Amino acid sequence: MFATRPEIRPATVEVLVDGQPCRVPEGASAAAALLLAGLPASRETPVSGAPRLPYCMMGVCFDCLAKIDGVANRQACMVTVRPGMRIAPQRGARMAGVA
Amino acid sequence: MNSENHDALVVGGGLVGAAIAYGLQRQGLRTLLLDEGDVAFRASRGNFGLVWVQSKGLGAPHYQRWTRGSAEEWPSLAAELQERTGIGTGLHQPGGVHICLSGEEFEKRGDYMARLQREAGNLGMEYRMIPGAEARDMLPGLGPKVAGVSWTPYDGHASPLYLLRALHTAFTGLGGRYQPNARVERSTAAPQDFSVEAGGIRHRAPRVVLAAGLGNADLAPRFGLSAPVRPERGQILVTERARQVLPMPTTTIRQTEEGSLMLGDSKEDAGFDLGQNPEIMRQIARRAVLSFPWIAELNLVRAWSALRVMAPDGLPIYDQSERFPGAFTANCHSGVTLAGTHANRLAPMIAAGALEPEMAPFTARRFDVRHAA
Ligand SMILES: Cc1cc2nc3c(=O)[nH]c(=O)nc-3n(C[C@H](O)[C@H](O)[C@H](O)COP(=O)(O)OP(=O)(O)OC[C@H]3O[C@@H](n4cnc5c(N)ncnc54)[C@H](O)[C@@H]3O)c2cc1C
Ligand code: FES
Repeated sequence: MFATRPEIRPATVEVLVDGQPCRVPEGASAAAALLLAGLPASRETPVSGAPRLPYCMMGVCFDCLAKIDGVANRQACMVTVRPGMRIAPQRGARMAGVA
Repeated sequence: MNSENHDALVVGGGLVGAAIAYGLQRQGLRTLLLDEGDVAFRASRGNFGLVWVQSKGLGAPHYQRWTRGSAEEWPSLAAELQERTGIGTGLHQPGGVHICLSGEEFEKRGDYMARLQREAGNLGMEYRMIPGAEARDMLPGLGPKVAGVSWTPYDGHASPLYLLRALHTAFTGLGGRYQPNARVERSTAAPQDFSVEAGGIRHRAPRVVLAAGLGNADLAPRFGLSAPVRPERGQILVTERARQVLPMPTTTIRQTEEGSLMLGDSKEDAGFDLGQNPEIMRQIARRAVLSFPWIAELNLVRAWSALRVMAPDGLPIYDQSERFPGAFTANCHSGVTLAGTHANRLAPMIAAGALEPEMAPFTARRFDVRHAA
């Protein structure tokens, strides 16, 4: 659904989106990686389970929540990619780490 | 100025006014609910959502009975609202606990619960003091610092915002009229004959109920009543949603039906200041994490403060005007808990024209030195 603009920097950083390798430009956000990976949805809402993708890309809507390097519910649009970063969909409410 | 007649006027569209207005309309009284709006202090939109029994009414058995009565009325109120409006209030009454973080707290709590039980008299009050090890089996992830908990089967929680919406929807669904942005300005009072000006219209009725929260302090004297209520600030923290883990609410930590953890709630004398402060927020978070260490991993997503409606002795005020029969007032700091009795017991008394004798101890005349003497 999404493509990078033609003048954009080359995609040099490899991350894992839901386990699949995906290359994105340096300085891109994890939310951009989610969009470029072409997932139909990158989270399901906790209450009704509605599918969502990143939306505002500027930290206000929380629709980009994802599990990043094992940490649940991070706003992917506020996180810059690093090589090897693991970005996984956030399915419903996170687990609370009950011992 | 246009003038309209009604069977009853209720001033204040928060939880207290909405519950009473709904109850009156259900009794067949054509009721008008006048509500100032967002410029007012509105505890009903900022509270913690407990339907709570176990910390209420020490030294005031009438209040203990009234609170227990409300917890009993709640399931039928919730079912009725759901049926009339399709809005679920998220009521769960699985019992609840008060967490004690030291041996000393646990011991004091034990004395407190024993006294409450003695004061309950014939009504009885079931409770247990549960030491740490056993409590940890009952509540997942309860921290090692917890010395023990007090438990009663009567406690629960609900969504205060859905409750407010359901009461309003049920009230208007029965034909009641809700008038927002209608601060009561001028008013006149005579026995069974009241008029108030609000939103540019003069409204008349033989009954008026003052349920304007902190606004009651100014309104009450005009109707031959007294409501010396003061603000008491409470701050609340809310975490992101998590899978359901808490099987029951505690006095200061509850997990909503949607999964958020609410952490509350301070008791501060800060006047009409709705500010928040980091020191108090830290205390709330610290106590929560000592109770359930896993809460530390969760992100906080919201925090706010709101003002409780507090009488000098911390008990509700329900009163009727002697000078102007037909005028009533209702004030409390537990408007969620007491929604059941407000709709199902208090409203019928007001509709019938007088408070029953069991309500006498709640009169504001208890603050009158001459009366007390
Ligand atoms: C931090 C906090 C936590 C709480 N936790 C709990 C809890 O866990 N369980 C519980 O049971 N209770 C709790 N409470 C208490 C509960 O929120 C209140 O008891 C309840 O909301 C009071 O409702 P009310 O309708 O009297 O007041 P409000 O909600 O303040 O409503 C009063 C209404 O009157 C209107 N008004 C004011 N003046 C006028 C006027 N002159 N003319 C017309 N309208 C006017 C205002 O617009 C307002 O809508 C808590 C409160 C706070 C602050
Ligand atoms: S996309 Fe809106 S907050 Fe990230």
